[in-house]
Amino acid sequence: MIDTEGLTKKFGDLTAVDDLTLHIDDGEIFGFLGPNGAGKTTTIRMLCCLISKTSGTATISGYEIGNKADSLKIRKLIGLVPDNVGLSEHLTAYDNLDFFGKIYDCTAGQRKDNIKRLLEMLGLWEKRNVLAGAYSKGMKQKLVIARALIHDPQILILDEPTANLDPEASKTVREFILQLKSEKKTIFLNTHNLDEAQRICDRVGIMNTQLKAIGKPQDLAKTVNGRRTVITIEQVSNAVIAALKKLSLKNLTADSNTLTFNVADPDKENWPAVEAIVQAGGHIRTVNVVGSDLEGTYLKLVRSEA
Amino acid sequence: MRFSKAWLVATRDFKVFRKQKNIWYPIIVFPIIIAVLFPVVLNYAQTRNEGLPAETLLDLMNSFSLFFIIGAAFIPLSIASYSIVGEKVEKSLEPLLATPLTDGEILLGKALSALLPTLVVMYAVSAVYMFGMDQVTFGKLGYYYYPNWTLGTLLLVLLPAAVALSIMFSIIVSSKVNDVRSATSYGALIFFPFIGIYLASTTHIITIDINNLLIIAGILLAADVALFFLSTATFRREEILTKWK
Ligand SMILES: Nc1ncnc2c1ncn2[C@@H]1O[C@H](COP(=O)(O)OP(=O)(O)OP(=O)(O)O)[C@@H](O)[C@H]1O
Ligand SMILES: [Mg+2]
Repeated sequence: MIDTEGLTKKFGDLTAVDDLTLHIDDGEIFGFLGPNGAGKTTTIRMLCCLISKTSGTATISGYEIGNKADSLKIRKLIGLVPDNVGLSEHLTAYDNLDFFGKIYDCTAGQRKDNIKRLLEMLGLWEKRNVLAGAYSKGMKQKLVIARALIHDPQILILDEPTANLDPEASKTVREFILQLKSEKKTIFLNTHNLDEAQRICDRVGIMNTQLKAIGKPQDLAKTVNGRRTVITIEQVSNAVIAALKKLSLKNLTADSNTLTFNVADPDKENWPAVEAIVQAGGHIRTVNVVGSDLEGTYLKLVRSEA
Repeated sequence: MRFSKAWLVATRDFKVFRKQKNIWYPIIVFPIIIAVLFPVVLNYAQTRNEGLPAETLLDLMNSFSLFFIIGAAFIPLSIASYSIVGEKVEKSLEPLLATPLTDGEILLGKALSALLPTLVVMYAVSAVYMFGMDQVTFGKLGYYYYPNWTLGTLLLVLLPAAVALSIMFSIIVSSKVNDVRSATSYGALIFFPFIGIYLASTTHIITIDINNLLIIAGILLAADVALFFLSTATFRREEILTKWK
């Protein structure tokens, strides 16, 4: 569906996106992660044919970016939620959507139905006749998502849709995105929010000018020892410590009732530790794995750059 | 280029204008000056002493008629400054550029949204002006001066060329500045040539006749063509997203 091969963008001497090769399947939610200035927005702008590429190729449903005739077809296939909402503030929410529907040649009937359906799903129907300029940030963000979907595009590209949103609004947006997945749409999501990526994306790419890693969130997490297991027990005894030392756990630390160690794969590594503690006579209260697993990978990859 | 799409952009702008009072001031002020103030001033001059000689009346009317050109440059300037700088402030061009609209369609839409109100207003005003002037000057001249071919040339040839010049100039200026106020003040540069023509006519350096008007129109059209290429080069999606500050 979305394929790029060595896609590169330079602004003068500055390389914003370097040799990006990606393949995103139909119906996939792809998370594009990276720090500020990583080239995420630049990538999106190239994919939407808003700016030219410097070298490499990219196709969307077989249409080539950079080809003038294809770029109109690509823009029809895509719904874009840009990083700036860019609503016409002096028009009502309804008129904002209706205008975009007309641009995409939706019939009056389609526009009416789609606007109603989308605004109802996002909880904005009651406020459809309010000027977009009078909307709150979160409402504007939702309205822009509705705008991107007005022509029922196959591909939805979102540039940090939950930045600036309160937790509840973020949750609505995330749930909405998941609902779109069930409609078999392909979703390309730029985000800084690792937790969000982990929750909703099928795969994520970690970007910092170059693509540093790509894969399922849980697979990427395994590549780095970013997590620690924390076990609390009634009393840490010498017998317990001795038993654990035999397991050659990494970075084992202990105080009077807490034991922690690094864990790469909790499913496999926690059980022997628990067993050893119990056999050594320890009374376990809780076992937890801390540290966002993706975060470890992310920070390591992003920092290795500097 | 699909005209229907450009029209879509223009009609959305009309909707936006309805809510922006600042756009309306020039659209109201200029017509009042031309259609009401000029006939009233001339009428006042007529009622004093002997009144003005016929010669002077004709001179004055010809000079006044140049205000149609100045108005034609002023009104689109204020509309286009709003419609383009306004989009910049709201950052609403990016989503528009991500749609299947072409650059040409967006640009034409913007141009139409400034062109049509200007033409409607200026032609309506010219009717009122001609009627008012005829009432004021008939006594002295013994005939109705308007309508005549000189004003006809001015309204039908010179005025559209001046409007086009102003619109393209505004597009270029708007791409370089970030607020409406500086857009209108830099845009005001467009007045100098027109004020120049006006002064030249009041000081009899040039006479306002069909020949001279056609020459001026020719110069304007050449400038139109030059600015057209400059403004389309400014108005490219990549430029807008990466260079418009
Ligand atoms: N028009 C431009 N001209 C020059 N440099 C640019 C331009 N647009 C982006 N850049 C540079 O390209 C790099 C990537 O920017 P980009 O906006 O793609 O980052 P991003 O990953 O979206 O960051 P953020 O998370 O802050 O949105 C940055 O160093 C930026 O300064
Ligand atoms: Mg960005």
